[in-house]
Amino acid sequence: MRALWTVLFKELIENARDRRTLLSALVIGPLGGPLLFGVMINLTLERGRERAEQALELPVAGRSAAPNLVAFLEREGVKISELPGGAAAAADAVRQRKARIVLVIPDEYGAQLRAGEPAGVKLYTDTSDTSASGDRSRAEALLRGYGGQIAAWRLQARGLSPLLMQPVAVDEVDVSTPAARALALLGMLSYFIVFATLMGGLYVAIDTTAGERERGSLEPLLTLPVPRRALVYGKVLASGVYMALSLLLNLAAFAVSLRFVRLDTVGMALNLGPAVALGIFAVMLPFVLVGSSLMTIVASFTRSYREAQSWLAAVLLVPTLPIIFASLYQVPSRTDLMWVPSLSQHLLIQSLLRGEELSPLHVALSVGATLAIGALLARIAVRLYEREKILG
Amino acid sequence: MIVIDSLAKRFGAVEAVREVSLEAADARVTGLLGPNGAGKSTTLRLLYGALRPDRGRALVDGLDVATQPRAALARLGVLPHNAGVYPLLTARENIRYFGALHGMAGRALERRIDELGELLELGAILERRTKGFSQGERLKVALARALVHNPQNVVLDEPTNGLDVLATRNLRELIRRLRDAGHCLLFSSHVMQEVSALCDEIVIVAHGRVVARGTPEALRAQVPGGSLEDAFVAALDAGTA
Repeated sequence: MRALWTVLFKELIENARDRRTLLSALVIGPLGGPLLFGVMINLTLERGRERAEQALELPVAGRSAAPNLVAFLEREGVKISELPGGAAAAADAVRQRKARIVLVIPDEYGAQLRAGEPAGVKLYTDTSDTSASGDRSRAEALLRGYGGQIAAWRLQARGLSPLLMQPVAVDEVDVSTPAARALALLGMLSYFIVFATLMGGLYVAIDTTAGERERGSLEPLLTLPVPRRALVYGKVLASGVYMALSLLLNLAAFAVSLRFVRLDTVGMALNLGPAVALGIFAVMLPFVLVGSSLMTIVASFTRSYREAQSWLAAVLLVPTLPIIFASLYQVPSRTDLMWVPSLSQHLLIQSLLRGEELSPLHVALSVGATLAIGALLARIAVRLYEREKILG
Repeated sequence: MIVIDSLAKRFGAVEAVREVSLEAADARVTGLLGPNGAGKSTTLRLLYGALRPDRGRALVDGLDVATQPRAALARLGVLPHNAGVYPLLTARENIRYFGALHGMAGRALERRIDELGELLELGAILERRTKGFSQGERLKVALARALVHNPQNVVLDEPTNGLDVLATRNLRELIRRLRDAGHCLLFSSHVMQEVSALCDEIVIVAHGRVVARGTPEALRAQVPGGSLEDAFVAALDAGTA
């Protein structure tokens, strides 16, 4: 038991001096997720808001040829600006992304309109510019609306009902609200939490196993009168401590950064105060044992530091896969899923974030099953170190 | 005192050690001499428990390494081949780690580290991180680490590998001092001069077997001309024949 503490403290101190460990446990792991998540969720919220709120900007070439059309657009709140130079200038402006769309009104527009022929206007746009698609469809809708109005007047002037023009009335009902999109994103929150937790112990797990062998310090260590399990448990716990640290910082960073996300503007309340953050920490702690044991096992199989790095990058994905599926398919919290590490944590975290009461049975199953699997993995790691082959 | 009794070890199709027996007495330096691949390192690894023998046994002060590993290893100080140190720890921390794993602690441990620092002439580097140490400095730290619990028996696997002349000389002196203090020393080498300069007893191994043994004088007397090199080559020839 004393040997275990000796190994644990030595690995903690040694890794505290390792820049790679500190970077992954204190910076990349904890902060990467909140940053990315904050940007993602803000973009989702912004996109919805922008479209409705911002006035459409429309540069027009040849506006003097169609004063009524321009007046109509201005009444609809479009910001019209004059673009001199005709069609060539319009194409250039769009191509150089100075404008997303440009309306070009030819000189013969007025004559065509008076003669009752289709009066041609040109809407310059670049369909490869995805950011212009919103502006384009708004402008098209407005121009269609203006055309519809003129058509209605012409029919009325001939004594016909304008409704003849509308045999089918299509009304689009968009049920995807920004709030719903944000909710789907929140499902990814636990993905980032699991990722940050694993990142925290990644380099410690490599350093204490593959790194130790590569440096040639493993063999001297194994000549000591110390049971192998004390050495391995010490190493697993050292990764675990860094994982817990990374997890804690990650939750703090999320709690702070999500204050700047205006979820209330879309009628959503996100429940991530100190109490919920601590709850998530407690729910995640058993998973730390699974993660650190798993990484220790995989890193022990590899022949070098670099090989361990590539393998562990793959291992990082394994516990996050169930979460991705669960959040894509919106899997509800179920008792039979509480046996699965990472998935059960994800489901419990979702409940905590929604402010729901946790089922004691679910918590007990998640904690018990995760700890049991973690202990089994740690035991396997010990068996690996009891083999002769561990020296490579 | 170390007794190796008919050890054998096979890796797949390769018989690394066919049959090696030897005795290394207290207050003596015993050299395990042999060409590369003769089975020296495997024999020593079987002795210090890193490998399990297919046959035979190894005793440290009468304790069987296979059945009483912890008691046997506690009486053994080991410097494995190309032993590495922890670069982010200071020399003292490196030594302290092993001392603590041997169950030492507190003032007694620190005093022992100071003692080793003097014995190995570590000087100021004792408090420096070992990153950037020379090969000789790293070896000193690894050696101090192996000696921290003041073991009666000391096993060194090719300790002079990669050392310059001065460092080799210092190491030789240290080995003699440990012998004079009554320790049992067993070390392996493929360099004959080194073994002849240092050993009270030489065991020559080739192809996993002991092909000759005796004091340097006795081995020299076996060949006309009386050079140890001739004796070494003659023993190897006899072993392969």
